[in-house]
Amino acid sequence: MHDSKVTANRNQGLLDVEICSNSTSQLEAKKNAGKKKVKKILRNWELYLFLLPTLTYFIIFHYIPMYGVQIAFKDFIPSTGIWGSEWVGFKHFVQFFESYYFWDLIKNTLGISIYELLVGFPLPIILALAINEAKDGLFKRSVQTITYAPHFISVVVMAGMIIAFLSPATGVINHLIVALGFEPIPFMSDPAWFKSVYVLSGVWQGTGWGTIIYLAALAGVDQQQHEAAIVDGASRLQRIWHINIPSLVPTMIILLILNVGSILSVSFEKILLLQNPLNMDSSNVIATFVYKAGLLDAQYSFAAAVGLFNSVISAILLVLVNQIAKKKSETSLW
Amino acid sequence: MNSAIIETKTDKIFKAINYTFLLLAMVIVLYPLIYIISASVSDPSAVNSGEMWLLPKGFTLAGYELIFQNDLIWKGYLNTIFYTVLGTSINLLFTLPAAYALSRKDLVGRNIFMGIFVFTMFFGGGLIPSYLLIKSLGLIDTIWAMVLPNAVAVWNLIVARVFFQVTIPKELEEAAEIDGCTNMKLFIKVILPLSTPIIAVMALFYGVGHWNGYFNALIYLSDKELYPLQLVLREILVLQSMTADMAGGAISGSVAEAQNSKAELAQIIKYGVMIVSTLPIIIVYPFLQRYFVKGVMIGSVKG
Repeated sequence: MHDSKVTANRNQGLLDVEICSNSTSQLEAKKNAGKKKVKKILRNWELYLFLLPTLTYFIIFHYIPMYGVQIAFKDFIPSTGIWGSEWVGFKHFVQFFESYYFWDLIKNTLGISIYELLVGFPLPIILALAINEAKDGLFKRSVQTITYAPHFISVVVMAGMIIAFLSPATGVINHLIVALGFEPIPFMSDPAWFKSVYVLSGVWQGTGWGTIIYLAALAGVDQQQHEAAIVDGASRLQRIWHINIPSLVPTMIILLILNVGSILSVSFEKILLLQNPLNMDSSNVIATFVYKAGLLDAQYSFAAAVGLFNSVISAILLVLVNQIAKKKSETSLW
Repeated sequence: MNSAIIETKTDKIFKAINYTFLLLAMVIVLYPLIYIISASVSDPSAVNSGEMWLLPKGFTLAGYELIFQNDLIWKGYLNTIFYTVLGTSINLLFTLPAAYALSRKDLVGRNIFMGIFVFTMFFGGGLIPSYLLIKSLGLIDTIWAMVLPNAVAVWNLIVARVFFQVTIPKELEEAAEIDGCTNMKLFIKVILPLSTPIIAVMALFYGVGHWNGYFNALIYLSDKELYPLQLVLREILVLQSMTADMAGGAISGSVAEAQNSKAELAQIIKYGVMIVSTLPIIIVYPFLQRYFVKGVMIGSVKG
């Protein structure tokens, strides 16, 4: 850790020298800076051409919808368009806050996200530490190849697997439950089970893939630290605790910030597939509600307002957590 | 010496626990996958009754035969191949040049451009304004709705940019400039041939995304002729299974009967379609695993 900082400083020094030697005097450089910039832009005009399609894409498909979100404050009628529709202020927001399902949606969304965070966040770290302790070879490679694989299964197939495996009459998991002498559990139609089904299937699918980023960090740990610790008589568990885990902290913080920032935007593609009228009590989350209200019931303005509420809270959370992390640990997104 | 022996003892116990844990993780991941493979070639009644739990029972390829006779699945398959090829080509055409431009330190305004792109990772207009945009552009029920809304992923743009920054030596660009080589020529003749790993990583990331995606199709397509495989799968795996599970035999009448016979078909082919739809990825995955992993690692440098 310390070593890398020193080399970074040294590089910075070299860079400074180069910059100084390039221009004969600072003053002259400043004078010419503006001219040079224009020259640079002209010389690199093709690079701007390279950027053009992507820039156009982001403006059309991301910034125009951001501008279009104003329909949340209007009564949008498709025939009159965004411009022609009448401003109504916060009417749709108030309607949402006062609706009887408001707190249910918040409770379900937060419940699923926090459950997912508590279970899904530590597991890749534990698995990565365990894989890191295994000797290089066929076994280690097999563990990695196999645990990464479910990442590539599509949400639709994943939902199909969940529904098939958990079916009360024909599913393999209920066969096991019955074989052990219990009553079959109607996982998909009992709201009490929905969160666990969602989170644990996500753990099955994502834990292995989630280890990659931690394994990369562990590969960067200085082996001399381990050698020194061995000389001092540290056990493997102690070395994991005092050397490996601290080296993962920056990665953990970054991922934690991102996770908290997306706490309101649960992967609703999967929830939408697993939802049915019987488990609606716990599967109805903000994102699926927006989809239904907006696209199925065509209440565009109302649904856009709910969606905007969601994005604003998410953005605030992200900035807040990032700020806290910056203060407490010096690791942050920006 | 004495203490070293004690240490190795606890280390031995630790090692045993660690390997057991890894083995367990592997079994938990592997079992459902083996089960699906076995179930797809077993007699459905043996699967449904629980007789089949690991190896195939009552071997039959009836499920696969039905799948190959099913026009919807075939059409979905072809559509998905088309969307994946077209979509990935567009992704690469947009992402690679932009990422290269952003990797150049002498690009005036690179931080502003980067800011414009990265901001969209954290804030967006949301589902409804996006939908209305696609609608007003007249893209509903066209193939473009499947490929344009996801033309560039910010994350992939960052990964490609980091790759160019790390692997392309600055001297190369300076030499090209002295030789009077234009940026366009430099990019096509020099940079791209040096960047095959990142092209592979990008093609794989984007390609898998197109292959597995269903949501764009769900909201932007209503014409069944255009349905990608994942939407067809949704009808077979999710909608039919749900009706079968919930309705059971309780509802009578011709509609329910038709639905039940559809649901029965779903019962026979469901494990087979899981395999068939994931097959291309299963085939390429073992060979290309290192590229996928590389992509995540490059991303983590800056992420």
